[in-house]
Amino acid sequence: MADVLEIDPIDRAIIAATQRGLPLVPRPYDAIGADLGLSGAVVQERMQAMVKSGVIRRIGVVPNHYKLGFSANGMTVWDVMDEYISDLGKKIGALDFVSHCYHRPRHVPHWPYNMFAMVHGKNREDVAAHANEIAKILGPAVKSSDIIYSKRILKKTGLRISV
Amino acid sequence: MNTAVEQSLDQHDKDIINALQGGFPICERPYLAAAKELNLTEDELIKRIESLLGNGALSRFGPLINAERMGGGLTLAALAVDEENFDRVAELVNAHEEIAHNYEREHGYNMWFVIATETPEQVAQTIKKIELETGLVVLNVPKLEEFFIGLRFDL
Repeated sequence: MADVLEIDPIDRAIIAATQRGLPLVPRPYDAIGADLGLSGAVVQERMQAMVKSGVIRRIGVVPNHYKLGFSANGMTVWDVMDEYISDLGKKIGALDFVSHCYHRPRHVPHWPYNMFAMVHGKNREDVAAHANEIAKILGPAVKSSDIIYSKRILKKTGLRISV
Repeated sequence: MNTAVEQSLDQHDKDIINALQGGFPICERPYLAAAKELNLTEDELIKRIESLLGNGALSRFGPLINAERMGGGLTLAALAVDEENFDRVAELVNAHEEIAHNYEREHGYNMWFVIATETPEQVAQTIKKIELETGLVVLNVPKLEEFFIGLRFDL
């Protein structure tokens, strides 16, 4: 579990104000500040500090991989022996075609898998080939696996933080 | 497969998408600073980001928050839904503002969604509400360990 940090109302207000995106004006931090009664310099300082503490993972663009031709996305799921998952997870997470990799709980018997690696590709053959590479790395530590392809986005709003 | 949006991108657009996945400056004129690296003017960069958001090439531009570090709750959850009830259940699930993403997937568990809440306790409350509304049991798989959050797609 990640450590929980104290977020004061000003940080919270800045986050809430930027959840729909950074203003597309030459001085975006001034614009955020103007809405909140803060100077642009204070907004910048606060945001720098939040990047440093990890409250903000990063500021940047989020590509829509479907629209960009990475239309196949396979959630690969693996039943990895518990004693090896931390070491192997790091190796899988470092692969460039894996966008997220997590250790999650099994719910036996319905759900035997404890590692999730999101794999992106131009098509399903691509994704399946990547899953094979993962299988090779996991070797005998993996008991079973599956690739769960996405069919359509039902909702995508991102996180909404209110003040 | 080339999508219409993908075909509409020129090299500047691709450079913007590749470069700005890694981060964006925090300074008085951040577009100006980022534009220099990309051989664009400040105004061109702003206009291009605007149009990439408009045509859907980008789904967001701004700070990405680690909700758990703010004291919020977050989990991945799934439902196994009959085909005939699928759309109705999707509506019920999506109606909760705590649902950040929801994907239809090809598996017995065919609906996968992220629940993001302001407090950790609200995750369990949201799951309970969804179970009551849908009559289905939610598979709850919160992360135990995070190995990496990849930053980039290379175009």
